[in-house]
Amino acid sequence: MLFRGARRSGMSKLAMTLLVSALGLGCGLWLPVGAGLPVASAFDSKPKVAKKEAADGVKAAAEKAPADKPVVPVKLPEKVFSTGYSGSYTELINFINTQIRGGWQDNNIMPSEVADDGEWIRRVYLDIAGHIPDVEQYEKFVADKDKAKRAKLIDELLDDPGYVRNFTAIWTNLLIGRATPQRISRKGLQKFLRESFGKNRAWSEIVYDLLSAEGTMEENGATNFLMSHLNDGAVPATAISAKLFLGLQVQCTQCHNHPFNEWKQDAFWEFNSFFKQARKVEHQKYDEKTGRMVFDYAELVPQTFEGGVFYEKRSGLMQVAYPRFNGTEVDPGPETNRRLELAKIVIKGEKTYVADAMVNRMWGHFFGYGFTKPVDDMGPHNAPSNPALLDRMSLEFVKAGYDLKQLIRWICNSEAYNLTSRYGSKNQNDNPAAGESPLFSHLYVKSLSAEQLFDSLIVATNAHKSGRSSWEQAETQRQQWLQQFVLAFGTDENDEATTFDGTIPQALMMMNGKLIEDALSGSKGSLLNTVLTEKGKEMDKIKTLYIATLSRTPSRKEVTAAQKVLGGAKSPFEAYQDLYWALLNSNEFIFNH
Amino acid sequence: MSNLLFPTPSGMTRRHFMQHLATSTMTIPGLQFLNSLQAHAADLKKSQKACILLWMSGGPPSIDIWDLKPGSKNGGEFKPISTSGDLQISEHMPETAKQMKHLSVVRSMSTREADHGRGRYYMHTSFIPNPTVVHPTFGSVVSYELGPKRNLEIPTFVSVGGASMGPGFLGMTHSPFVVGTDGKINNSSSKDVSPERLQQRLAMFNVVESNFIGSNRGQSPKDHQDVYKKAVNLMTSKQMEAFDVSKEKPETLARYTATAGGGAGGMGMRAGNPFGRGCLMARRLVEAGVPFVEVDLGGWDLHANVFTTLKDQRLPVLDRAIAALTEDLNDRGMLKDTVIVWMGEFGRTPRINQTVGRDHWAASWSVMIGGGNLKNGQAVGATDEDGVGIVSQSYTPGDIWATVAHALGIPLDTVHTSKRGRPMKLANSGTPIKELVG
Repeated sequence: MLFRGARRSGMSKLAMTLLVSALGLGCGLWLPVGAGLPVASAFDSKPKVAKKEAADGVKAAAEKAPADKPVVPVKLPEKVFSTGYSGSYTELINFINTQIRGGWQDNNIMPSEVADDGEWIRRVYLDIAGHIPDVEQYEKFVADKDKAKRAKLIDELLDDPGYVRNFTAIWTNLLIGRATPQRISRKGLQKFLRESFGKNRAWSEIVYDLLSAEGTMEENGATNFLMSHLNDGAVPATAISAKLFLGLQVQCTQCHNHPFNEWKQDAFWEFNSFFKQARKVEHQKYDEKTGRMVFDYAELVPQTFEGGVFYEKRSGLMQVAYPRFNGTEVDPGPETNRRLELAKIVIKGEKTYVADAMVNRMWGHFFGYGFTKPVDDMGPHNAPSNPALLDRMSLEFVKAGYDLKQLIRWICNSEAYNLTSRYGSKNQNDNPAAGESPLFSHLYVKSLSAEQLFDSLIVATNAHKSGRSSWEQAETQRQQWLQQFVLAFGTDENDEATTFDGTIPQALMMMNGKLIEDALSGSKGSLLNTVLTEKGKEMDKIKTLYIATLSRTPSRKEVTAAQKVLGGAKSPFEAYQDLYWALLNSNEFIFNH
Repeated sequence: MSNLLFPTPSGMTRRHFMQHLATSTMTIPGLQFLNSLQAHAADLKKSQKACILLWMSGGPPSIDIWDLKPGSKNGGEFKPISTSGDLQISEHMPETAKQMKHLSVVRSMSTREADHGRGRYYMHTSFIPNPTVVHPTFGSVVSYELGPKRNLEIPTFVSVGGASMGPGFLGMTHSPFVVGTDGKINNSSSKDVSPERLQQRLAMFNVVESNFIGSNRGQSPKDHQDVYKKAVNLMTSKQMEAFDVSKEKPETLARYTATAGGGAGGMGMRAGNPFGRGCLMARRLVEAGVPFVEVDLGGWDLHANVFTTLKDQRLPVLDRAIAALTEDLNDRGMLKDTVIVWMGEFGRTPRINQTVGRDHWAASWSVMIGGGNLKNGQAVGATDEDGVGIVSQSYTPGDIWATVAHALGIPLDTVHTSKRGRPMKLANSGTPIKELVG
């Protein structure tokens, strides 16, 4: 009955499930569930403010809900869109499509149309390779008549160095943050990740290495992860490992049994006890210039630890916790290598937290929303939007040997990933930005990360073709540039925020910053230079700039506006600079859609 | 079209820009509007209510600052001293002690979130994190409620030296404007671009921008345009001077930043006490009409060596800055309209751990609040003799923010509606603290 009411008022079943589960947990939601729920108008430009009449507002909205109108079920497009994929996972991709379509059907919404080639190529480049396509890549793809060209491009991008660079950047940030902790080798960790993604090592093996690593920061780059979080009795290491690899937020259970979390306080400290044999040692060397001993390198070394970890209950009672994870106990004696044992346990079996967490995170990477929000807070307190789909993909991911490229292939070849980000009247309520559970009936707009922006500007200005910089040089430049946006919270967990978050500092950087200034400089070999010096009609030059930045051709209105700019400028160079500036600053450029 | 969207084209300093305009044939309607604004600025300045949040990132040990437990096993190394108010505070807060008649301490906070991320969220918003909605930080609420009435060219919510939290469902234009304690605003002008040229660029920009906004892709494309409008405004505003503490007399700056003893100097001191400078900037911003300023002081996550660090580093910085800010606001007749709030994610464990530190503790701790025409100079609520339990009524962040709302004249029955149509009561239905509002 509850669901029927929800369905009538247009609220998604999944959102209801979430809401009900939240209610059950007493999260402080107090909507009159039985009364027929009011539906948010999907995209209020401004939240409404009502004074003194909160309850009345709810009532009024409820009365307006078309409770008695019979619902005309939508008729989904019969033909399921195909990317032309023909590999061994056709059945799985069909399953994904069927599951997602089930959500549309249940919620009576019509999916958006399939994205056109320009919209899709820009998206898939950004998501897999971490940057926008260049003019040549765009033109080649659009001209390609092959029905399987999307599936083909996904494969090509997975073999592109951009894929390795992109996922290395993402995971370096997740593992140690954007501001490198003191006496930690970012390069070392990047080397480890680059090789892992480059060789497409199984995700389970990568996790295994990160949890069990020993050695020096450069020789075994995987050590940098734990060495960054071993402070405070490895409490941060405990919380961050659970969050990143297992999709579990357990930090609250450190101090007490948390009502919203299946982990109890003892589970936190049992997990913590696995990290007790790890120690970061900082080696020094003599510096001839100053005559002082200075930091040389850090090393993750084993230390003897046996028995339990002591912690305090809220009542003040001291408790002891022994190494145990998910029902598997490990010998707490001195001979056990606890981290090695933990690494083995978490990746053992057909269904693992590690697989669940990665599938959820990866789905979230491509769609902007995972099956849970946030992606790293899974568990009974936070029911997933598509439980059957998550389950099946997780099982298949394990069966496929934790093959990340396959996982990406399944997602990118799905119908949902190929839809446009424009919504229509029949799916405008599919709006997770407003708190709704996502139905994936259109793509959700994502902001470019600072890394994606940096790399996209390299492509948009043709700097990548002039062969100006090596991977390492480019990485150094990018790191330097990125530091301006990092804001550390200064806590023991090294958590941080960024001002590259769509607020004024970012807008100022885009309008006046050095990076854009360089992009506009028109140096030899740059796109602007090429556009200016090559022969061709004004119209074609405008078109080239549009494709280079937005992966589309301009509308007639835009051409007229651009020609006005060209007519009003002092010189053609300034004119194209201005046009280029406008395109790079636009919302369409900074959003992946 | 672009003129309407961007009333103040930019590219240079304002002075340069004005001179340029005088000789230019361009007419920019927005500019007249701007001038009339400045004419009224003096009127507006009178009794503009504001809140300054001193955010102690990491979770400060309030048991060593505001609610000492001499004689208890949890008491630690510090002694309490008497103040100009009706309460005692830490001996390492001597300057603040002189100002305590203007400030109060709520000693019975019980906030249940002892994780940094969750505590930061809860204390800033009054709401527990929830996957279906992102709540606005209270600075955004104040910006939303009071900002539009101020006619400011600079943002109506500024966060100095820290990130604060986001605007949630109130929208990007109420995000905190994050600025370093040096007040330097990066990329705030484009040297070589004339106003005409910027106008040209913005006209083209608007064509692309509007096209994408009209393409049914949700709220973010429109937010982008709104943020750009604010950024362009900022680039030419004279009010930008509010960020520049070098416009102050050196003695004034010294009041905020120097330490009483002079030599003790910890990290904060060596760096010229950025927090003190941030507090001075906050005063300037409030003078300019900004209704909410947050100033961040980190370094409170004291799992080890809590007493040494407090005594030598954190407290001298904090003491001087709070005292100077309170005194300065009072001298200028601004304190009655400005609420000062001091808080972090949570307090710290009464029990002292093996490394002479204190861990995370949300069950019983203190928040300082003052100014704003509240009944000050008192301790509200109390903890037991060991500081582990509350022996009076307990308070939540919602009660603190409701008290602030009361002081700022924001009606307590204000309800905001989340994007999903859910009504959200101001400060999560918190109640102004009786003892403070009378």
